[in-house]
Amino acid sequence: MAHAADTHGHGGHDDADHKPPFIARWFFSTNHKDIGTLYILFAIMAGLVGGALSGLIRWELMHPGIQVFTDNGLLAQLGVFKGKHGFNAVVTAHALIMIFFMVMPAMIGGYGNWFVPIMIGAPDMAFPRMNNISFWLLVAAWILLVSSMFVDGGPGRGFGGGWTIYPPLSTIGHKGPAMDLAILSLHLAGASSILGAINFITTIFNMRAPGMTLHRMPLFAWSVLITAFLLLLSLPVLAGAITMLLTDRNFGTHFFDPAAGGDPVMFQHLFWFFGHPEVYILILPGFGIISHIVSTFSKKPVFGYLAMAYAMVAIGFVGFVVWAHHMYTVGMSINLRAYFVAATMIIAVPTGVKIFSWIATMWGGSLEFKTPMLWAIGFIFLFTVGGVTGVVLSNAGIDYSLHDTYYVVAHFHYVLSLGAVFAIFAGFFYWFEKMWGVKYNEFLGCVQFWIMFVGVNLIFFPQHFLGLQGMPRRYVDYPEAFAKWNYVSSVGYMITAAGVGVFLILLLEAAIRRRPAVANPWGEGATTLEWTLSSPPPFHQFSEPPVIKEDSHH
Amino acid sequence: MKAQFSGIRRILSGASALAASLMFSGMFAGNALAEDLLGQPTPGAIDLQPAASELKHHAIQFHNLVLMPIITLITLLVLGLLIWIVVRYNKKANPVPAKFSHNTTIEIIWTLVPVLILMVIAIFSFRLLFHYNDMPKPYMTVKATGYQWYWGYEYPDQKISEIVSLPLTKEQADAKKVPYLLAADKAMVVPVNQVVRVQVTGADVIHAFALPAFGLKIDAIPGRLNETWFKAEKTGVYYGQCSELCGVDHSNMPIEIQVVTQAQFDAWVKEKVAPPAAASAPAAAPAAPAEGAAPAAAPATSGATPATAPAAAPASAPAAAPAAPAA
Repeated sequence: MAHAADTHGHGGHDDADHKPPFIARWFFSTNHKDIGTLYILFAIMAGLVGGALSGLIRWELMHPGIQVFTDNGLLAQLGVFKGKHGFNAVVTAHALIMIFFMVMPAMIGGYGNWFVPIMIGAPDMAFPRMNNISFWLLVAAWILLVSSMFVDGGPGRGFGGGWTIYPPLSTIGHKGPAMDLAILSLHLAGASSILGAINFITTIFNMRAPGMTLHRMPLFAWSVLITAFLLLLSLPVLAGAITMLLTDRNFGTHFFDPAAGGDPVMFQHLFWFFGHPEVYILILPGFGIISHIVSTFSKKPVFGYLAMAYAMVAIGFVGFVVWAHHMYTVGMSINLRAYFVAATMIIAVPTGVKIFSWIATMWGGSLEFKTPMLWAIGFIFLFTVGGVTGVVLSNAGIDYSLHDTYYVVAHFHYVLSLGAVFAIFAGFFYWFEKMWGVKYNEFLGCVQFWIMFVGVNLIFFPQHFLGLQGMPRRYVDYPEAFAKWNYVSSVGYMITAAGVGVFLILLLEAAIRRRPAVANPWGEGATTLEWTLSSPPPFHQFSEPPVIKEDSHH
Repeated sequence: MKAQFSGIRRILSGASALAASLMFSGMFAGNALAEDLLGQPTPGAIDLQPAASELKHHAIQFHNLVLMPIITLITLLVLGLLIWIVVRYNKKANPVPAKFSHNTTIEIIWTLVPVLILMVIAIFSFRLLFHYNDMPKPYMTVKATGYQWYWGYEYPDQKISEIVSLPLTKEQADAKKVPYLLAADKAMVVPVNQVVRVQVTGADVIHAFALPAFGLKIDAIPGRLNETWFKAEKTGVYYGQCSELCGVDHSNMPIEIQVVTQAQFDAWVKEKVAPPAAASAPAAAPAAPAEGAAPAAAPATSGATPATAPAAAPASAPAAAPAAPAA
């Protein structure tokens, strides 16, 4: 990676810090940092909603029998999420919100917008107005998705067919407008992400500062570049698939209707051609963030920089040709299944390279265990756990026992809830001072980490046991035999919720105390360009591009 | 540069010691396995359901003897390295950081070693996958159709038209002393030690036919006829559950397979295809299509159905109650 060899005191440029008035600044914003802030606030809001929904799920599943999603319970009286269909609607909404409205906005819209231009020495994104459209399309998508929960879905209010929206359950199974609203919501969220991806690719390819070659570019910028390509190539496929779903539902087409020559499995292929790259979209920026944090707090350059960058390229590339490992049970030919087993296993290799390179980055370093580093080390271990269960699931012969069970739920929450979310928290605290211009309370940060580390492991580790014993996912009620580990899992949720409470207290404390931030709180280990700017950075940075000289370590 | 990694070698030797202790814990796990119930989940259990078919035996061996040791070792290796780093390379223990950022040898090792490990896994994996695919000549075929929200079992070889298998209410299950959400009012009845081909399709939305003890899971997709097979080793009752989200009552769509002796099966078939003159059959024949239609509206209104339950049900019901050891 490169050091900023030539930086001026940008914070001192008065003319660079003229901020527009409130409405113009936050509603018609064209400033990448302000849009990034909007994305992050949006993601925190969506994360709290999605987290509350998962609370309803764990509350219901704490004991066998149906307690929360009854036909005349509290939720039913409130007019939302009535009965068993309500549970399915909550499961669906939890997934869609966490994927499209929490992780993606936080990682790409939030940190990507904030730090990609700064890290490559650019004054802003390539298309500032398009950047603004991207954000507000996401808000529109959010409104559609939330509306969808309150209108008729068919069996009840909301759509309860899972985030995978498989037909025929999403066509003849949900005749109400809820599914149409959900489709339109995904259309808008997809359009928002495609525009964002175009913006990032253009910015990174055209606006790097002099001397900032691709091979000197910080790994977070690399990760966002690769993510942007995945978005650009996969989301149009989803858009096509859900448009066909929409016309099947409303305009009498039969793309996925076997009675008229259509094929429900075709939808699954299209969905997972998007869906599998999507899970890498969720985690790749996290890889980039973790690399920076590990390097910063070890006071050592990233080990194997080029291997790290090209491991992500490899993961992105292979991520496009493994989609049908989600479909081992649909009745594909044996050769196809064998191919997808082999291709899926290959992904473990570049992922292993990344894990070991992070460890080698820390090896010989001088480690400081500040909050971001705690999250980063937690990420490395928990992502490993989620990764190895992924290797188990890649074997079709084992998948016949584990497919659609809680083992899968445990697996993808270890890589996403404990992987991507840990990376988001790591990045949040790493860049806290830079983004908000105030310091967070280190003690509260550590407390939150340890509470959440215990909590999420308690939620998801026992779910492996449930899955091995055969408990299917998306079940509102389960046989007595599954009671023990479900109870433990729900206790884990309560602990995690306490951790989220500490997080909110931390935000409040930082907002009230307003300890002034410094440009670089992390010292010699923090070498990327954002640490050369003030905290928060001036409204416009790098009016004169910084010149990047070759890194002494290369 | 080499010295930087001498510690890794030390850790690796520690890891092999861990591997040895893992073998012991593996033996304990083997004991725990023996206590698991056969054909249904065991309260508090942490492993795969015990096998009652050849395929599942192979799957359990692959999982417990190949995959689990490998993934446990890798996880412990990473954990061990992280703990070592935290202890050895914290700011106090190592105030001056090293500056290296490359070591081609170690990078080649940690790329190639995983490749070799995965190739070993793949050998076993493909063997298991092809084993699933290579169905021996089936003795009989059962066609399972998924409906919202119950299963229908048809026996084309025996010319038995579709038997509707409805879920039980909590009260019915408790009265019959069978596990709620696992037991159905009528089971799929098959003979022991025979290869049974299951053809699976969906009538409305996608369901999935799953039976953990046999290692089965195959989607029931409208417009498709999927196929899988099993050869049950022991008589008894085996439970599974619908495993693809299919709507409101997805969680109450039990799959129950009763494995009976050949003689019991023949008797059951005889009863099923007997002319209407025998026993209470005249009532059952017209009732069957009515049952098929009624559950769509109210799946719980099956109070009368136990009367027409197969003769084999009481015979093999005791097998479900005791905790049949898997050994």
